[in-house]
Amino acid sequence: MTVVSMQTIAGKPAGPMRRALGRFFSNRAALVGLVIFVPMLLAVVTYPLWWPYGPNAIDLTALNKGPSAKHWFGSDGVGRDVLARLLQGGRTSLMVAVVSVAISTVIGFVVGAFAAFGGRFVDGISMRLVDLAMTLPPVIFLLVLASIAGTGIAPTILVIALLSWPVLSRMVRARLLELRERDFVVAARGMGAGVGHLLFRHGLPNSIDIIVVYATLQIANAVLLEAGLSFLGLGIAPPEASWGNMLNSARSAAVLEHFPWQWMFPGAALVLTVLAINFIGDGLRDAFDPRSDLN
Amino acid sequence: MTTPFLSVRGLSKQFKPAAFSSGPTVTVLKDISFDIPRGEVVGLVGESGSGKTTIGRSILRLIDPTAGEVMMGETDIARLSPAQLRVQRRRMQYVFQDPFASLSPRMTIGQILTEGLDIQRIGNRAERRIRAERALELVELPADAFDRYAHEFSGGQRQRIGIARALVMEPEFIVADEPVSALDVSIQAQVINLLRDLQVRLNLTMLFISHDLAVVEYICDTVIVLYLGRIMETAPTAELFARPRHPYTRALLSAIPSPDPAQRQARQVLTGDIPSPANPPSGCVFRTRCPFAIAACAETVPPLREIAAGHKAACIRDDILAQ
Repeated sequence: MTVVSMQTIAGKPAGPMRRALGRFFSNRAALVGLVIFVPMLLAVVTYPLWWPYGPNAIDLTALNKGPSAKHWFGSDGVGRDVLARLLQGGRTSLMVAVVSVAISTVIGFVVGAFAAFGGRFVDGISMRLVDLAMTLPPVIFLLVLASIAGTGIAPTILVIALLSWPVLSRMVRARLLELRERDFVVAARGMGAGVGHLLFRHGLPNSIDIIVVYATLQIANAVLLEAGLSFLGLGIAPPEASWGNMLNSARSAAVLEHFPWQWMFPGAALVLTVLAINFIGDGLRDAFDPRSDLN
Repeated sequence: MTTPFLSVRGLSKQFKPAAFSSGPTVTVLKDISFDIPRGEVVGLVGESGSGKTTIGRSILRLIDPTAGEVMMGETDIARLSPAQLRVQRRRMQYVFQDPFASLSPRMTIGQILTEGLDIQRIGNRAERRIRAERALELVELPADAFDRYAHEFSGGQRQRIGIARALVMEPEFIVADEPVSALDVSIQAQVINLLRDLQVRLNLTMLFISHDLAVVEYICDTVIVLYLGRIMETAPTAELFARPRHPYTRALLSAIPSPDPAQRQARQVLTGDIPSPANPPSGCVFRTRCPFAIAACAETVPPLREIAAGHKAACIRDDILAQ
């Protein structure tokens, strides 16, 4: 791209971040993801302002009632409003996912940076640890961790965070190792830069693409993990609502057959959210890949 | 003789195989010694793989030499602690070969130029900006380049930015590592003239690495000819180009294209490739390609001997050197 065309098209010089955003917004699947996800997020965050029922409020006149004008998504066996529980469950699920991914991203980046800049010995030790963490069967590891940590929001966050950092630390390490030998990083070292400067002025900006993409896709994964754990009774325990433990009610054959609104809506919410986040993640990945400009 | 600005003694560099893996230890530099007087430009020439870049980077401690000392005044750069080295770094800067790899794609030119001042905590924001703009002016780029990104500039402009990044630190010493070999020929002249002009104006001491002998002849006061990590010959530029003594230097010089057809006869073509530094020939490393090699060349490593004032060569064939 020449200087002239850059200026005439963009009006002002575009940084690499701006160009990536431009690519993201011209990706149709990613936009569909946004269109699904953003309203869902808004609804989940603001629901106490516009929905009359609380997640644990009991309406004894409506036990196991189907969708109606009063209870849009019906009510469950003890008369709680399914939509209210669904939205509260969304809060829990997304909160658990976002916080656990934030924690695991920080751990992943720190371990990766440590391995890349700590010298051969540190690198060897930490990568063998990562190998070890990655060879553990995830389901069993998750169940053991969950049974140690117990149920509730904080332990669930901890369990998911501890499970998902190794892959990111691998990717960050690989990126930083490659970056360390790049001329502009050598130039910074030649000007006296310490590890902190190299890491935060060069390392982080140049690995932000893999971190953002990984974190986004990992949020979808964490929503599923949380749902799985809660379904098994190891994640979020009732009466606290989460999509996983709402699906748990479908284990009863009576609910499965006669009251489908009690599990269908949380199931649909889960599927739509995960799908939307995955679309967004794929869009971000393509946006950050400079070669996608060629298409 | 007054003490030179920079004095390199016995510089060696070996690369050992990675931990837990086998492989040969590669000697990239062996016992390199030379001086650079203040305000002079010393050229380092040699084929690819002869260790030119390794010398440049070892002097600036971008890689750690295995042995030897690099005296800059009274300080031995090769032995400084990280904290001491940090302070000394503002005196010496590096200009890179590849103008596309050497500028961060995620930083504006302003950020790139002020990075060193930032690291060294020189001045405040406004002062750093003034210094960066002055450096842009020195390399004849407009001040509005400050807020733009590197990808908006051409190769030649980028290389000027690379030079400005070195100058902004107000260094005494610059290692220019093939600063023009990645550029178009038409741009090369501009950048070389700029470098030459700046060197004179700012009284810079410079180590100029190149494989382009015409450029070296133009810009350097002294030339060092390198082959497989050893110095083959060193002499003042005029002397070296007029009276090359070492067979390798003669072969190099005869390879310079000449516009004069009458001069095109004495072309001497070297056969074979530069040997692997992992398995160098015994004795003189050049003997495998030298047209004048004799049995004794395989026995002894030729010392670098002074054969005329300031003219040294590493060859045991006195008869060849005298020609």
